[in-house]
Amino acid sequence: MASKKPESNFVNMVFRLLLIVSISGLALGYVYTQTYEVIEAANAEKIKSAIREVVKGFDKTETIRIMPTDGTDSITLYRATSNGKWVGTAVETYTDKGFSGRFSIMVGFDTLGTITNTMVLSHKETPGLGDKMDISKSKWSLQFIGKNPETTKLKVKKDGGDVDAITAATISSRAFCDATQRAYDSFKQNGGKKHE
Amino acid sequence: MEEKNMNNNQIKNFLKGFIKENPVFVLLLGMCPTLGVTSSAINGLGMGLATTFVLFMSNVFISAIKGFIPDKVRIPSFIVVIASFVTIVDLLMQAYTPALYLQLGIFIPLIVVNCIVLGRAEAFAAKNNVWSSAIDGFGMGLGFTFALVVLGSIREMLGSGAIFGYKFINPDADGILVFVLAPGAFITLGYLIAIINKIRKTV
Amino acid sequence: MEYVIIIISAIFVNNIVFSQFLGICPFLGVSTKTETALGMSAAVIFVMTLATLVTYLINYFILVPLQLDKFLQTISYILVIAALVQMVEIILKKVSPALYQALGIYLPLITTNCAVLGVTIIVVKKSYDLGESIVYTVGISIGFALALVIFSGIREHLDLMGMPKGMRGIPIALIVAGILALAFMGFTGLV
Repeated sequence: MASKKPESNFVNMVFRLLLIVSISGLALGYVYTQTYEVIEAANAEKIKSAIREVVKGFDKTETIRIMPTDGTDSITLYRATSNGKWVGTAVETYTDKGFSGRFSIMVGFDTLGTITNTMVLSHKETPGLGDKMDISKSKWSLQFIGKNPETTKLKVKKDGGDVDAITAATISSRAFCDATQRAYDSFKQNGGKKHE
Repeated sequence: MEEKNMNNNQIKNFLKGFIKENPVFVLLLGMCPTLGVTSSAINGLGMGLATTFVLFMSNVFISAIKGFIPDKVRIPSFIVVIASFVTIVDLLMQAYTPALYLQLGIFIPLIVVNCIVLGRAEAFAAKNNVWSSAIDGFGMGLGFTFALVVLGSIREMLGSGAIFGYKFINPDADGILVFVLAPGAFITLGYLIAIINKIRKTV
Repeated sequence: MEYVIIIISAIFVNNIVFSQFLGICPFLGVSTKTETALGMSAAVIFVMTLATLVTYLINYFILVPLQLDKFLQTISYILVIAALVQMVEIILKKVSPALYQALGIYLPLITTNCAVLGVTIIVVKKSYDLGESIVYTVGISIGFALALVIFSGIREHLDLMGMPKGMRGIPIALIVAGILALAFMGFTGLV
């Protein structure tokens, strides 16, 4: 080798390692600031398009955060209005009971609490099984449309409810029901009111 | 003549990662992401390319700065360089391929501890020039990607009757579900390695 | 009660080897004998718990207040783990030579055990508090130990079996691991 290695004395080691660490830190800081806005914009766009998907005919949304009665994290409600009149609410809800942990979905309700549509926001469920809850993979989630949790029991049939579970993915189906129920409870808790 | 020889060597250097020294099938490195993300071919491809990027960049950088690093802090320095590139991939994927990023989940930051990356840094980049290290990193990365795509395709075909997301069986039918689940990962890889062992012995 | 659920699910339902695919390298590497498997398990339980404790404190007292957690997490965690392993090695050598004898050779291997880094990242992603993090880590490392010890017991017997040459070693080990994973899937839905 042509270049001679620097000696492994204390100053050399500390100084050179520190230099490498600080250069990396700065480089990462730079990349982070460059990608930060794209990441935020992508997330915001995803939420927006999901709201459009689950609630129809609105021109404005108002964001409300509430704490569900059973759950560890807050839930975000998007109160949709058309010319100032309340037309429905999209609820960004979650469950921790998924096969691979937490996943989050958006559930839309009309003013009476009837489910207008659902949309999976992010999940890690098994491809070919649990991911069938995603509308891009199968039509399973369509069965929720038009159901009112007041009259429809949001549980899989195996547990005495009214929901057909995904074949071989009962856990994902149960989790989906859990998330939807949490959305409905939060919707009820809020009751369509504005913030404050 | 000499030039041609060198080119030949570089080609060999590039190709070794695919079969002869394939990191997954032969060297048995990087098993965690190999088993963890190959439930579909596309996930395998994404993970493979992310790892290739890290391998390539860290090999180039480490080879370039090897004269600057004292021997005793060699490993921590390598780890810092690798971890930086991993974080860059992490941020870029979060920004531009959010769906894939969610699927691969924790395995993206874990590229840091993928034995292949540190292994190539220590065994190759620390001893060779930038150009060879770049080719080595690229070849090894693509070899890793190749292995992941093969494994992912087989599991996806058997498990969900699809390839790269395109279903070739009745859309309402299911595949042999166990292959997309954890046990299928172990079993498929076990048989694949056995077959490759057999081929390598007979060829 | 919360803690019991976390620990049961960490050991059985979300077993780190069989359902989360972390720590496969040591799982395949040191599982040829039950004795070495026990040594490795003890080292992992020890280092993993310590690593979670230290990285938790670093994350919530340094990285988050300074808003560095989004891009310096991976780099600082892996450095902390590497330094921690070194320190444990040095301290163990001085304080308890007997323990060092037992665990010493496994310690350097732990830095690149992705299970350790994996768990420290998972507890942040799950936003556990300190108590839950520690309980979860203990559960996960016990699960790792359980997997390793069961597996090594089977592998000791495998050596005596007749089988095609190509299947010997890693291939048959992987297939056995697959069958074990199948058995562990029976725990799904337990909590």
